[in-house]
Amino acid sequence: MSSWADGRRPLTLAILALGGEGGGVLADWVVSLATDAGWLAQNTSVAGVAQRTGATVYYVEMAPPAIAPTGRTVRAEPVMSIFPTPGEVDVVIASELMECGRAIQRGFCTPGRTVLITSTHRVYSIDERMALGDGRVDDALLLGAARDASRRLVAGDFASVAEGAGSVISASLFGALAASEALPFAREQFERTIRSSGRAAEPSLAAFSAAYDLARAAPPVSNGASGAPGAEPVAAGGPAASIEVMDAPSRRVEREKAQTEAERRRIAAADPTALVGPDLHGLARRVGDLPEAARSTILHGLVRTAVYQDVGYAERYLDRVGRLAAVDPDPQGAAALTVEAARHLALWMCYQDTIHVALQKTRRARLERIRTEARAGAGQRIDVHEFLHPRVDEITDTLPAALGASLRRSRTFQRLIGAATRDGMILNTTSVRGYTLLTLMARCRPLRPRSLRFQREQRAIDAWLTAAREAALAGDASLAGEILSCQGVLKGYGETWERGETSFRKLMAAAGALAHREDAGVRLAELRAAALADEAGAALDGKLREYALAVA
Amino acid sequence: MAERSFAAEVEQLRRGAGEVIQAEGILAVTKALLQSGVAYVGGYQGAPISHLMDVLGDARPILDELGVRFENSASEATAAAMLAASVHYPLRGAITFKSTVGLNVASDALANLASGGVTGGALIILGEDYGEGSSIMQERAHAFAMKSQMWLLDPRPNVAAIVDAVEAGFELSEASHTPVMLDLRLRSCHLRGSFVAKDNRPPAMSVRDALAGPRRDVSRIVLPPASFLHEQEKIRERWPAAVRHIQERGLNEVIEGDLSEVGIITQGGLYNTVNRSLELLGCSDAYGNTRVPMYVMNVTYPVIDEEVVRFCRGKRAVLLVEEGQPDYIEQALNTILRRHGVDTRLYGKDVLPLAGEYNSLAVTRGVSRFLQAERPDAVEHEPRLLLEAEDPRSPFAPRVSGAAVQPRLPGLCTGCPERPIFSGMKLAERETGPHHVSADIGCHLFAINAPFNIGATTMGYGLGSAGAAALSAPETDHRPVAIMGDGGFWHNGLTSGVGNAVFNRSNQVMVVVDNAYAAATGGQDLLSSTAEVPARSTRHPIEAAARGVGVDWARTIDNTYDVAAVRDTFVEALTAEEPGPKLLVMQSECQLNRQRRVRPEMRQALREGRRVTRERFGVDPETCTGDHACIRLSGCPSLTITANPDPLRSDPVATVLDSCVGCGVCGANAHAAVLCPSFYRSDVTHNLTPRDRLTIRLRRWWIRMLSHGLESRAARLEGS
Repeated sequence: MSSWADGRRPLTLAILALGGEGGGVLADWVVSLATDAGWLAQNTSVAGVAQRTGATVYYVEMAPPAIAPTGRTVRAEPVMSIFPTPGEVDVVIASELMECGRAIQRGFCTPGRTVLITSTHRVYSIDERMALGDGRVDDALLLGAARDASRRLVAGDFASVAEGAGSVISASLFGALAASEALPFAREQFERTIRSSGRAAEPSLAAFSAAYDLARAAPPVSNGASGAPGAEPVAAGGPAASIEVMDAPSRRVEREKAQTEAERRRIAAADPTALVGPDLHGLARRVGDLPEAARSTILHGLVRTAVYQDVGYAERYLDRVGRLAAVDPDPQGAAALTVEAARHLALWMCYQDTIHVALQKTRRARLERIRTEARAGAGQRIDVHEFLHPRVDEITDTLPAALGASLRRSRTFQRLIGAATRDGMILNTTSVRGYTLLTLMARCRPLRPRSLRFQREQRAIDAWLTAAREAALAGDASLAGEILSCQGVLKGYGETWERGETSFRKLMAAAGALAHREDAGVRLAELRAAALADEAGAALDGKLREYALAVA
Repeated sequence: MAERSFAAEVEQLRRGAGEVIQAEGILAVTKALLQSGVAYVGGYQGAPISHLMDVLGDARPILDELGVRFENSASEATAAAMLAASVHYPLRGAITFKSTVGLNVASDALANLASGGVTGGALIILGEDYGEGSSIMQERAHAFAMKSQMWLLDPRPNVAAIVDAVEAGFELSEASHTPVMLDLRLRSCHLRGSFVAKDNRPPAMSVRDALAGPRRDVSRIVLPPASFLHEQEKIRERWPAAVRHIQERGLNEVIEGDLSEVGIITQGGLYNTVNRSLELLGCSDAYGNTRVPMYVMNVTYPVIDEEVVRFCRGKRAVLLVEEGQPDYIEQALNTILRRHGVDTRLYGKDVLPLAGEYNSLAVTRGVSRFLQAERPDAVEHEPRLLLEAEDPRSPFAPRVSGAAVQPRLPGLCTGCPERPIFSGMKLAERETGPHHVSADIGCHLFAINAPFNIGATTMGYGLGSAGAAALSAPETDHRPVAIMGDGGFWHNGLTSGVGNAVFNRSNQVMVVVDNAYAAATGGQDLLSSTAEVPARSTRHPIEAAARGVGVDWARTIDNTYDVAAVRDTFVEALTAEEPGPKLLVMQSECQLNRQRRVRPEMRQALREGRRVTRERFGVDPETCTGDHACIRLSGCPSLTITANPDPLRSDPVATVLDSCVGCGVCGANAHAAVLCPSFYRSDVTHNLTPRDRLTIRLRRWWIRMLSHGLESRAARLEGS
């Protein structure tokens, strides 16, 4: 009596979504779709407080009339399960890529059985968001798993499809479900379901249609590798073509960056001056003497340091890069040391201070970007308010060194500025007053080289570069590269920056102590990762102790 | 007004005999109550039966027509005490709450009710919050049934079966003068299915009729000597009456099968799961035609000895599928079989998990073990879930790296007014050092997780303050902080927490989160709600209530989004010299409910051409350095990360999603914590006035003029 294995059973469908995404609406639609077609259907979920933004599973069973046995039965209607059974789910719909991973991890999505429909966008988990650096899970892992763990995969960015249609993801996923042909119902039946559900039918139908087209345009991915014998769903169908899994939308920016970079490298090799403005042509030509692989990055640095300060500062940048390029063990190849030096040096030399932030805030391109993001049309007014909180130190840091130092000692000044800035200020950049104030600040640029902070940073930069150069000269390019990468812990503003500086100092001391050891580079990399593990620096101190290095 | 409206669905409650109703489990229960001639209904919301209370609230006109009295009880104890109306009067009454927490709160009233017994049917509908999705301690309602002697119904997870169980419950209660509990499992409450309706029945006797002819019977009051008689009566009269009724009505089911030397006994609520397991093993089909005989206990307490013996006698072995622990039913069956000299081997928690939810995975594994031991030939199919995880065909074969699938716990919503309370608290602790924090039940409990990591214990609803009692000695110089929601405050916190702290001169800081709704359970109204609710009395301030029981030091913050004010008030409360409790009422409307209210208003205003400004936050990617300190202080779902557009940097930058409601916490945090200048708020104004247009023109001209020099200098360096 293997009626289940023979396919005389309900079709099973699980939806993995985040609370508030409309997974319940989607499940209700599926039930209506099936019951309108004369099937018996039931859905259930675990609602309640677990739904507040958390991961939630909705489960639907649908029994076609054809499975009813003839003769007397114990129950007049099919006995439906309220739990998805691992290995026995015909269709899985995941509203997000990590939830798709969860469906696989929980055994709902299995090769040879499941038609998997997933949106490829990411809603980052709190752990990924909280990390001090890059805590994101690799999308390729999740996409690869989705392909390997399903019989057929329908993947696409159904979140942006929904957004484009002014609707929500439940509607676009319903469209993808229709396109997948995992259920034996026609597109018109799906659309009728949306229509009869009433509210916001038009945007829902638009999202449905767009997602349907997207899912059709990218043919479903079949998993030929599994080959495991298993029950085909009673209502399987649809084309089964094998294509590459589409790239995750969350990495679109990175892909575009890589493309742009490739293009820049080509241009930089032929004519470096094409990548900079006329005032930097002279310096750009000098870049031709530096390793080819690093030229594009160096040109970025030139522009950035020049905008940050002036052409003379850009020249100083170029000289500094040159010092590292001279000891690069692989100048004809990847020139990793030069690339890293060029990158980190540019970031450090353009440390974020009040003057620079004022410049960033007043650039036209920024105001345009905000308009676009806020979807403000021509007939709408936009006001942009900045939340600024300059501290006494930051102001004295910006002033000429002698003045700054004396003001820093002045209690009266501290009290005055402290009172004015204690609660922070909100500045309307788009107002006449706000824009004037900010541009005035941005125009203070010539004062910067005489400031306390500027002098402090230049000393630290030189010491850092010297340390890297010495490591390279001593033959340890790996340690040199890691020393350069340590700049990455210098982040943020105010206290965050100070915390970074503390970590950085410890790392530099450790680099000195580790020099001449075979595994110096590897260890410094581990220490750097530890420095980004927590705010308090506990992980770094622990690691330093583990390596018997100085904590203070 | 509750989070979800059932106004459309409740119309189905008017359907008459023979009509088919397609509905969620909770709506079906409501319909069943009306069909049973219920006279009064009460309850306290909580998942998974929150919606039952909401349905009843939305069904008010229908209840009124039928003359049914409905109360939103102040607590589960209140609801249970309400059943006192069925002690002397033949009134059918039903109450509902979440189990087992509701039973814990209600147990005093229920024990008294069960002692004296009832005349009218008394039904307690339990939303059993057990297993996946549960938010409470994992315990069994079964213990309460046993200790107070109340009957426990556990119907099959099928909407029609649940409807039948409601009516059967009233009848059983009346036949045995005993309160009956109807256990609705979490998933059953949210089950969608269909059933055939009957006509609604106005109560045979209404509460008004009862009041017209007051009755009393001292033998029903719990005081010696009656209380001793009650105990005897329970055993000698009510139990046998219940057993008789259950058998006569055939509430439990026996399903025959050809493999007659074995059998499965299951709780009704697990029937579908067991049948699915049998299907997977090739021993049953989708219509329940099982080869293995089954005894389905739709009544799990009392256990009917005679039925058990009849089912088991002559069988070599029987498997009991009983969820949860301790294994009360298994113990009972062993006793029964032994007493009756039946030597059938009883399997149970030796092949099934000792603890945890009996989902289809757990049950299939257990049933398979049982059949493999007793009738291996019956197993015609081996589902893949039985394979070892090492087997590549197993559904649990590793296909995705564990690190790639991170836990996604429930958390505070976008723009939640409770977030800035915890941000402010974290900032205050930077000044005062860390404090012991006693947490409570409610959305605010989410603060125990990342990114806040605030809160050490939670002792129950409204018990946040009491949970810090031992640590609140008057002479302490590092006082604890106790958190409570407005729901918990009115549930019992005002007396068990606030009054207790006043009386004992407890040195603690009490925070009451006042968001104008019982938010965690679905946005129900309560005493301090700011909305005018026609059928209820609202707008009773929390601070006034606390002062009424003797709190002297109290501050109400009417805008929790002002993080600096929250921080400063915390510091003030944590360092104040005055003795006794310091009360902080943190007031801002639940954002989930606020958005439901505000969004339609805004759409309407836009349509009417009124001037409307929409605020949202943003982050400048070039200014953000990718440290994410802002996220560690907020955790808002709308504040997330995105790829860094800067070609020189790789760490993701912070970004604000379009779902931002412009609550202001990002800006307030940036200020209060001196974070960074990357945040900005953009206000987009629609339907402009002539003055707006003039301002826009003036500003455009000014900005073009001022930016000219900066931009042309940049162009000379940046190129095209």
